[in-house]
Amino acid sequence: MAATKLKAVDAVVVGAGLAGTILCKSLAETGLKVVGFERGRMLDAQHDFAMPYAHDELKYDRHSDILQNLSRETITFRNKMSESALPMRELGSFKPGECVGGAAVHWGVHARRFLPWDFEVRSRTLGRYGAAQLAADCTSQDWGIGYDELEPYYDQFEHLYGVGGKAGNLNGEIQAGGNPFEGARSREFPNPPSKATPIGQLFADAAHQLGHTPFASPTAAMTQPYTNPYKLMLGECVSGGFCGSHGCAQGAKASPLNTVVPALGRHDNFELRTLANVVKINLDSSGKRAIGVTYIDARGREFEQPADLVVLSAYTFNNVRLLMLSGIGKPYDPVSGTGVVGRNYSYQSHGKIQLFFEDKIFNPFMGGGGRATSIDDFNGDNFDHAGLGFIGGSYLAAQSSGAAPIKNKPVPPGTPSWGGAWKKAAAYWYNRSFSLNLHGACQSYRDCYLDLDPTYRDANGLPLLRMTFDWHDNERKMLAHAMEKTAEIARALKPAKTGAHGLSAKYSIVPYQSTHNIGGAVMGADPATSVVNKYLQSWDVNNVFVVGGSAFPQNSANPPTATIGALACWTADAIKEQYLKKPGLLV
Amino acid sequence: MHEDSNRHAYSFLTPPEVQFLDAAVERLIPADELGPGARDACVSYYIDRQLMSNWGMHGRNYRMGPWAEGTPQQGFQSRLTPQEIYRYGIADTDAHCKRQYGKAFRLLAADQQDEVLHALEKDAIELPTVPAKLFFSLLWRNTEEGFFADPVYGGNRDKAGWRLLGFPGVAASNYNELMYTQTTAYRVEPVSILDIREQRVALDNQGYPKHVPLADAKDGHGSH
Ligand SMILES: Cc1cc2nc3c(=O)[nH]c(=O)nc-3n(C[C@H](O)[C@H](O)[C@H](O)COP(=O)(O)OP(=O)(O)OC[C@H]3O[C@@H](n4cnc5c(N)ncnc54)[C@H](O)[C@@H]3O)c2cc1C
Repeated sequence: MAATKLKAVDAVVVGAGLAGTILCKSLAETGLKVVGFERGRMLDAQHDFAMPYAHDELKYDRHSDILQNLSRETITFRNKMSESALPMRELGSFKPGECVGGAAVHWGVHARRFLPWDFEVRSRTLGRYGAAQLAADCTSQDWGIGYDELEPYYDQFEHLYGVGGKAGNLNGEIQAGGNPFEGARSREFPNPPSKATPIGQLFADAAHQLGHTPFASPTAAMTQPYTNPYKLMLGECVSGGFCGSHGCAQGAKASPLNTVVPALGRHDNFELRTLANVVKINLDSSGKRAIGVTYIDARGREFEQPADLVVLSAYTFNNVRLLMLSGIGKPYDPVSGTGVVGRNYSYQSHGKIQLFFEDKIFNPFMGGGGRATSIDDFNGDNFDHAGLGFIGGSYLAAQSSGAAPIKNKPVPPGTPSWGGAWKKAAAYWYNRSFSLNLHGACQSYRDCYLDLDPTYRDANGLPLLRMTFDWHDNERKMLAHAMEKTAEIARALKPAKTGAHGLSAKYSIVPYQSTHNIGGAVMGADPATSVVNKYLQSWDVNNVFVVGGSAFPQNSANPPTATIGALACWTADAIKEQYLKKPGLLV
Repeated sequence: MHEDSNRHAYSFLTPPEVQFLDAAVERLIPADELGPGARDACVSYYIDRQLMSNWGMHGRNYRMGPWAEGTPQQGFQSRLTPQEIYRYGIADTDAHCKRQYGKAFRLLAADQQDEVLHALEKDAIELPTVPAKLFFSLLWRNTEEGFFADPVYGGNRDKAGWRLLGFPGVAASNYNELMYTQTTAYRVEPVSILDIREQRVALDNQGYPKHVPLADAKDGHGSH
């Protein structure tokens, strides 16, 4: 079927999630004619997430239509290159979004900046420890941008999303109460930190005793009523749980829906086209210039939307897949180690220690809103790695996430998995336990990558993205080290019982871990090892920008979204201030 | 009661299938001194309703071939839908029970039923159509859901699962203060979406329910 050709516009943005909406707004402000494409539907937060329907664990954890509909499109997965990849047939390890707002509608609002070290993993490791510290097949690299350069954009994103926290480093001066390991901030957070919850306080006291420095985790759930720079108002979070995986009934959790989308409506030159699935970026005959995108609407009709500028912000997976489907950039070949598109896919490592108490009651259903107390003493390169045999680290946290009952019924090790004894244990410990969570970094490796699957196709007949990924020894050692440190804190809390859950022997697509999929279209200073330059501009097709976690060359222990937001603001600025004035390769 | 007759109006499961499931889920979460088990919490009815939903045919799952078994890390790869897994899994398991014990599953003694469930869980029975472990894992997943999900889905009758844990259901709007002051167990009549829809609970001006303390409120609960 021939595509209907539409009237040309100046710019298109593919994917209206966290990064895409920021780009849409910024481009719309220039007066250019801009169309934002979103494969999912528009949400009406007031009705979609109305009380009491928002407090439905079954729906939002497992069945909601704001999650990606895998019947139309999924990825395939294998642990290693010698296996055949098979489709991820049901959602598990991660939960990409499919609606205006993307995964940031149902995110968990932990809004941490990356550490300065994260941007210079390779050079700082070589400088401090020498080449022997890095695994031979580790392909982690510097970002081509430093923390200091990105700082103003972190600040911009935090004000857009109303992040609450306490600065630990203001212009180089360490501040009491904050995270002393963070990079220097130019000013305080826009909102105050959340107050330590009872489990946060227990954790803080124990960590402090052991010489660590606990602080309130930065959160993008409002710690007080807030008006953002677009004059949009967000209410204060009531800690009612039903937060991660859920849309917020109160609009207290910052998401594209309450921080940016309403402001897009103020621009007549902007159009948000929903239920529009972009399948290709079209190039001119030279292959060096994008001339627009092709998309398929809900009825299956194909359209061609010409445009002078294309911004991809379709989450890591479709950023990478659309580059491949469109023939932009050289696909990565893990055998020769050449090519770039799909290279350095990475994830997030994790573990937890469950603590069970006879003499304490926690009311664990109160929480959500990113209420957590954490330490960064074992994050990044904040501790000496000499002799440890690994790089990177983890942050440790006690999180009051709001324990809903289908998923959260910890029982001590040795408890039968069902039956009368299980029932008694689940009932007894529900109110008497909490976890210490470890969120770990993940380096990139030669054999962890994305490419197009040779067998499986989506509903439009296009190849699915194939993920080849497993944990490597560096992450196993790093997590084991962090588990030991966490166990020390756990012991200081004197629980009656503990249950330790470290990194799985192999990465599995089955249990939910995190929607922190990164890499595959990484940024850098060298076109031989990066897909985009430091402005997230394609080296090969200069009027294409690729924005999102896809740009991270490897993953930090910290969750990705604040950095995705900062990069989106940074790229938006580069397009506005530099590219539009003088289209061409930015340097 | 109107609601009760509704609960017996099964749309997918046949009466023998319901009897099988009632027996099985009751072993997975049995009635005891702490309260009702999964049978009385209407978990079979919950499963029936789920099977008639989009999920019952894996409507949002990727269902294109080729089909291969794969590694455990590659997750669910069966071409069978939940409807089929239940239908064939129940028939296959019953056939096994008749061969092994001379009776259908529902007629076995409790310890024999446990034996069969353990064998399914460990994949120690070869069922002709459905891999035993696949059937068991779906049954356990749905039993947990049916016991602890909002009663609006037909299970968790009288909020039995929430009472067991002391989970209050739909949140009240004052947790921000309570979280710091409440050092004993917060014991209230749990509130479901269904309660609010049927106007059995007062709401505050933000649309959050006003929780009512339980008369016999005491610290924690359950013994072990
Ligand atoms: C349960 C959960 C908890 C999380 N918690 C945290 C947390 O606490 N902290 C944190 O930092 N991060 C967290 N995250 C991750 C966070 O949600 C993501 O990092 C963030 O949303 C990524 O932004 P993005 O713009 O790259 O992608 P998204 O926000 O997902 O937006 C991408 C959009 O592109 C659309 N799209 C994709 N393909 C196409 C196409 N071909 N055509 C048109 N549109 C397309 C999608 O439908 C989607 O709307 C969490 C995620 C989940 C699911």
